[in-house]
Amino acid sequence: MPESRVNDFVLKIATVNGTGSASANSLLMKALFRMGLPITGKNLFPSNIQGLPTWYEIRANHRGYMSRSGRVDVMVAMNAQTYQRDLAEVSPGGFLIYDSTWPRERELTRDDITVLGVPLAKLCNKHFRKARVRILMKNVAYVGVLSALLGIDTRILRALLEETFASKTELVESNLQAINLGYKYATDNFTCPLPVRAEAMGDNKDYVLMDGNAAAGLGCVYAGATVGAWYPITPSTSLMDSFNFYCNMFRTDKSSGDKNYCIVQAEDELAAAGIVLGANWVGARAFTPTSGPGISLMSEFIGFAYYAEIPSVFFDVQRVGPSTGMPTRTQQCDIMLCAFASHGDTMHPLLLPANPGECFEMAVAAFDLAEHLQTPVFVLSDLDIGMNDWMIPELKWDDGYRPDRGKVLQAEDVEKLEKFYRYLDTDGDGIAARTLPGDHPKGAYFTRGSGHNRLGAYTENEDEYKEIIDRLMVKWETAKKLIPEPRLKPAKKKTSIGIIAYGSSDGAVLEALDHLRTEDIHADYLRVLGFPFNGKVSEFVEDHETVFVVEQNRDGQLRTLLILETNTDAAKLIPVLHYNGMPIPSQCVIEGVSKHLDTEAA
Amino acid sequence: MTYITKPRIDLPGQSTNKIGLLRRDYEGVLSTLCAGCGHDSITAAIVQAFWELSIPPEKVVKLSGIGCSSKTPAYFISGAHGFNSVHGRMPSVATGALAGNRDLVCIGVSGDGDSLSIGFGQFGHAVRRNINMLYIIENNGVYGLTKGQFSASADKGSKAKRGEINQWKNIDSVSTAISMGGSFAARSFSGDREQLVTLIKAGVMHPGCAILDVVSPCVTFNDHLGSTKSYLYTRDHYHPALETDFVAPANEITTSYAEGESTVVELHDGSKLLLKKADSGYDATNRSKVLRYLEQQRARGEVVTGLLFINAELPEMHLIYGTSKTAMKDLRFDKLNPGSLALAELQSRMR
Ligand SMILES: Cc1ncc(C[n+]2csc(CCOP(=O)(O)OP(=O)(O)O)c2C)c(N)n1
Ligand code: SF4
Ligand SMILES: [Mg+2]
Repeated sequence: MPESRVNDFVLKIATVNGTGSASANSLLMKALFRMGLPITGKNLFPSNIQGLPTWYEIRANHRGYMSRSGRVDVMVAMNAQTYQRDLAEVSPGGFLIYDSTWPRERELTRDDITVLGVPLAKLCNKHFRKARVRILMKNVAYVGVLSALLGIDTRILRALLEETFASKTELVESNLQAINLGYKYATDNFTCPLPVRAEAMGDNKDYVLMDGNAAAGLGCVYAGATVGAWYPITPSTSLMDSFNFYCNMFRTDKSSGDKNYCIVQAEDELAAAGIVLGANWVGARAFTPTSGPGISLMSEFIGFAYYAEIPSVFFDVQRVGPSTGMPTRTQQCDIMLCAFASHGDTMHPLLLPANPGECFEMAVAAFDLAEHLQTPVFVLSDLDIGMNDWMIPELKWDDGYRPDRGKVLQAEDVEKLEKFYRYLDTDGDGIAARTLPGDHPKGAYFTRGSGHNRLGAYTENEDEYKEIIDRLMVKWETAKKLIPEPRLKPAKKKTSIGIIAYGSSDGAVLEALDHLRTEDIHADYLRVLGFPFNGKVSEFVEDHETVFVVEQNRDGQLRTLLILETNTDAAKLIPVLHYNGMPIPSQCVIEGVSKHLDTEAA
Repeated sequence: MTYITKPRIDLPGQSTNKIGLLRRDYEGVLSTLCAGCGHDSITAAIVQAFWELSIPPEKVVKLSGIGCSSKTPAYFISGAHGFNSVHGRMPSVATGALAGNRDLVCIGVSGDGDSLSIGFGQFGHAVRRNINMLYIIENNGVYGLTKGQFSASADKGSKAKRGEINQWKNIDSVSTAISMGGSFAARSFSGDREQLVTLIKAGVMHPGCAILDVVSPCVTFNDHLGSTKSYLYTRDHYHPALETDFVAPANEITTSYAEGESTVVELHDGSKLLLKKADSGYDATNRSKVLRYLEQQRARGEVVTGLLFINAELPEMHLIYGTSKTAMKDLRFDKLNPGSLALAELQSRMR
């Protein structure tokens, strides 16, 4: 007898890329969302436009766990190509739904799961005439099957279709017919609902469904960014799409059609970086979204911006590398690259969002930091955060917010000066005032990547060079005070075990903590929100005997940074790593922690 | 001493321009280039042209890449913001600067190495976007700053100082710019001050990307016999295809020319360019004819100079994008930020 899993299941849908399953999957997501279930949707897609296998994985969990669990309770196997592996992936006691229009080979079955055949193609072919419509409706029909099997409210499905297609009533009708085809077949042939099912538990009215790139692009709009430069690269492309979409919505003059924004699709990432520097240098807030390969190309300019002290904002939506790697899969593999991007003595502030809500907030914070510190700032998200569907508390905006433009002298300030010197730090925070071109003849200065002294003049003098590069370290100390503080989640009991993680590994750690507690393992958890680390990170490391560092890369990059920056004993930082390109499951953390503690105890 | 301040000598009789500035107000710090370097003559021509145009120094931004040529923005208009960027990437920084503030007068200085090798892509895209700037390539056929290697503009058969013969066909920035659909392409010679000043003025006032390639001999590495970028060779093969007069907005064209001998190009600000043909039949507004002519002259080894191509009607980047007339950096925050109500409203569709 399959165990009952109400509001705690993983539904996985296997389809072929380019067959239009995305809208069906989004329909399922939104319906479960409106029933009040905490959910996440992960798109596990190939680097391909049409024809290769693709999966969509929805996790519903009444406790609000957001990471992958490693289970599959219900599999919808629509892709014959991957049937065997999809079948193998179903957790014991789970269910598999397949299109029984075509007979399935006998040996491809399992005794420990329930296999349910629905002749989806046959039903749709009988009902719809056009070939393309038949393919699309097959997807909608499995939504119907699932609504019967999982107990999804069909009224919500209807409402969603009506909102989506609004005036196109014939589309609403055909979609509803496809849903009914599936729904009816399921109720006629199976016992519905299954023990694995959804039950309404609220309305999620304080939450929204959003992906991190949409949120970050929106954050750039709210931060007042006006210039965006980019070169398309997965998984960052949709960030600029979002900026473009919201600028078009909010920044286009109603009467003249003039745009209060300027998006330049550059010839490559080098140029994108140059455009960002040029625009920030004249006083416009400018940014570029990219991924690891783009950061590699931008590196020379990043060092320039660091040394010449030009504010600039870089979004790195991380993907799997080196090289092209697996561009549609996720990793946290660029933290070292970004922290020290470029040749010579360089270090850069990083912001590390863990979800789309933080992508929005940190996008705004990045511009403030970059302009305050006059330096490149990186927002490190990843494909999991950037492109997957997250349920997050509704974004809020404080209308009292005003951008921190840093020390920018206005024409009237310059007028009062006898002479302006670009690199003179007058108040000891390591930051010198800048002027903007066009404002005042006395404000002119020369920006260069070659040696310069505190007056802004060219130099090859050893002391003058060193003076500037040392002042940049004073600025680094200032940065430590401005980077968001790490977030501590103390264990319910006093413990000598700590866990450190960042970004998209957060969900897996939170779930693992609950699970470990049931095994009487207690750990304090510190989530790092940025770099340079603030003193609380060192304290945390010092206060614990064993600190697990959870991250999604092979080399333990965050751990390396901690060793470099906290004077800690490296031996007590235990790496817990996940780097196969899939978002980290909580199981990885549970196993990593308990295995280590077991060997220590043995 | 870390840099050299130029002694400022007020010569009697120096006149002021329309905004009351002296010629020396358009100078920069003292050049550290080799004595006799062509680049210094170009700097002097830039000073002259900007002074004559009476452009307020603070409205100017001067950008460059890396090379001896790219050092020169420090040597002119000290009242303008300067940006000595990285090798070959000046065009992207200029694109960003103009994206952020379209009111600036932008001059970019580059070298043949900077623009035709490492920066060939950015050069092409500056032309393609037709960003509103004067883009000068100080062309000496070598990498001066790294001590005399051939650059991509070196002519096939040209001899290096140590005797090596260049085996590669040259890339010509002027015909490249024209064939890519550029709006303004000119060539001059650092030794022809008068023509150079006029072309700089025309390029500054042209409402788009003005490519100005200036043959500028490197006296240290490429001024010997056998070089096709030496003073001697350039003087011997110097061939103005047309003469250009720049006529400021309020002024009248005074001289008269016979029909067919000259063309007048009007710029958006009301200034005019008077193109007087030295070669009969030369038409600087006909792209295919110009390209054919340049190819013919190239085969003869002639250094063709003048405003070789112009189309003042091609839209520059901001016109194509449809960006606001107000510079991006001057837009008020309340115009940029949609506010909390809009945020709530747009999220109502995300449920
Ligand atoms: C990335 C990079 N590679 C190489 C160099 C070395 N470098 C400096 S200037 C230069 C060539 C400059 O040639 P050109 O633009 O013709 O200028 P010129 O000195 O001849 O005026 C090179 C290769 C550099 N600065 N940066
Ligand atoms: S090396 Fe050549 S290009 Fe460089 S300053 Fe000397 S003469 Fe000019
Ligand atoms: Mg050169």
